[in-house]
Amino acid sequence: MQVGGTLWHSIRNHTLLPATGISLRRLLIGYGISLAAGIPAGLLLARVDWLEDTVGSLVLGLQTLPSICWLPLALLWFGLNDAAIMFVVVMGALLAITVAVKDGVKNVPPGYLRAAQTLGVRPFALYTEVLLPASLPAILTGAKLGWSFAWRSLMAGELLYVSLGLGHMLDMGRELQDMSMVVSVMLVIVLLGLLADRAIFGLLESRIRERWGLSG
Amino acid sequence: MAKLSICGVSKRFQSRAGAVEALKDIDLEIADGEFVVLVGPSGCGKSTLLNIVAGLETADSGQVLENDRPIAGPGRDRGMVFQDGALFPWLTAEKNVQFGLRQMGIPAAERARRAKEYLRLVHLSRFGDSFLHELSGGMRQRVAIARALALEPEALLMDEPFSALDAQTREGLYAVLQEIWERTGKTVMFVTHNVREAVCLADRVVVLSTRPGRIVGIYTVQLARPRVLDDVDVIRISGQISAALKQGLADTRREEYDEDWQPAESDLLRTADNMLGDNI
Repeated sequence: MQVGGTLWHSIRNHTLLPATGISLRRLLIGYGISLAAGIPAGLLLARVDWLEDTVGSLVLGLQTLPSICWLPLALLWFGLNDAAIMFVVVMGALLAITVAVKDGVKNVPPGYLRAAQTLGVRPFALYTEVLLPASLPAILTGAKLGWSFAWRSLMAGELLYVSLGLGHMLDMGRELQDMSMVVSVMLVIVLLGLLADRAIFGLLESRIRERWGLSG
Repeated sequence: MAKLSICGVSKRFQSRAGAVEALKDIDLEIADGEFVVLVGPSGCGKSTLLNIVAGLETADSGQVLENDRPIAGPGRDRGMVFQDGALFPWLTAEKNVQFGLRQMGIPAAERARRAKEYLRLVHLSRFGDSFLHELSGGMRQRVAIARALALEPEALLMDEPFSALDAQTREGLYAVLQEIWERTGKTVMFVTHNVREAVCLADRVVVLSTRPGRIVGIYTVQLARPRVLDDVDVIRISGQISAALKQGLADTRREEYDEDWQPAESDLLRTADNMLGDNI
């Protein structure tokens, strides 16, 4: 009850919605950069041997590093601003997406590649029209993983440092010992996560399953 | 004039058991418009030979000429149909057929027209918008044939395309394939382990032995078309070729079975009636 009241109140007094907006903006930009860079990077890593031997092990190594560990470095590089927090989000999501895409492309049946070759596939189209769609299910898994990593990194970053945003509201709730505020922010985070899962990933997933004939 | 010439092609594989000679000194000329079937026991390198002609594998020595020019890698001048079809499940049947045309940069309208034309050739006009999982195994192989033919290749290479299908579906596809071949006059190189299938389809049947894979016999089949599997002459010629293949099979046995094992010769009729009391 109290949580509901606080939720309503914070929507009314223009604290919750702007905070959500700020967080979402950071999240979407960071996540977008991760997708835009991670998918091509994964494709290349899977196909170019010397890249995998060098950068591939680096990526795997960096992935063991919790993304929030990048925050001090980011603050030194970018200063106390949005860019620093987005950097942390990117470091959280990018590597997970890259690794998932790489593994997905590696598991593309070689028959597809041979068929494409006999059909005179152009080098660039081999990536965009064969490898990419063939590994789409794995890429979607990577995208989901990246999304949750991005959220985690964002919240960790906002809790620790940068002002405004949902993480900051959580921290404020703690400082004011306002339990209902803390819980209502947590609720908002859960709802946003659910919404993304259902509305975006769920929809994409069912479309892919239908196309590939995987649904029952 | 020979459309495809295979000149002294050899290929070795390095396996854990040592080097395996998959192909040894293969010489074969395939004339324009000829339907040649390679037949041999499993492991005789017939698929390897086809892949070398397709440009997907390279020969250790020797070369393959197409219209007297050596082939360099895979190309759309040699259309390939794979055992499992290797169609793209993220595309509809028609988009699969269009794939190669798209790579050539042919405009969309022309692409669609040609894809429809070749789908009609394999009698799948109504299924252009279907995804692959909505089609049966036989229909998928027909899409694969249409996809290879849509590029109007010089030669059609087929790697055991019907071996995963049931007998009835296969019979239907023999008819379709012979009809297509007669209509388009394509040079076809077809690989199978099924001798009757070979005789049913081929102008010439090339028999390969195993390890090293060598050509042990070439049989010209001069029977009226379209042929069916149960035709008396098809069965008779198959019998002759099977006898030749036995030699190749005996070699496989030495490689893959214990040395003291021999398959039983067929002699008496064994039924419950004449076995009474035999093994008391």
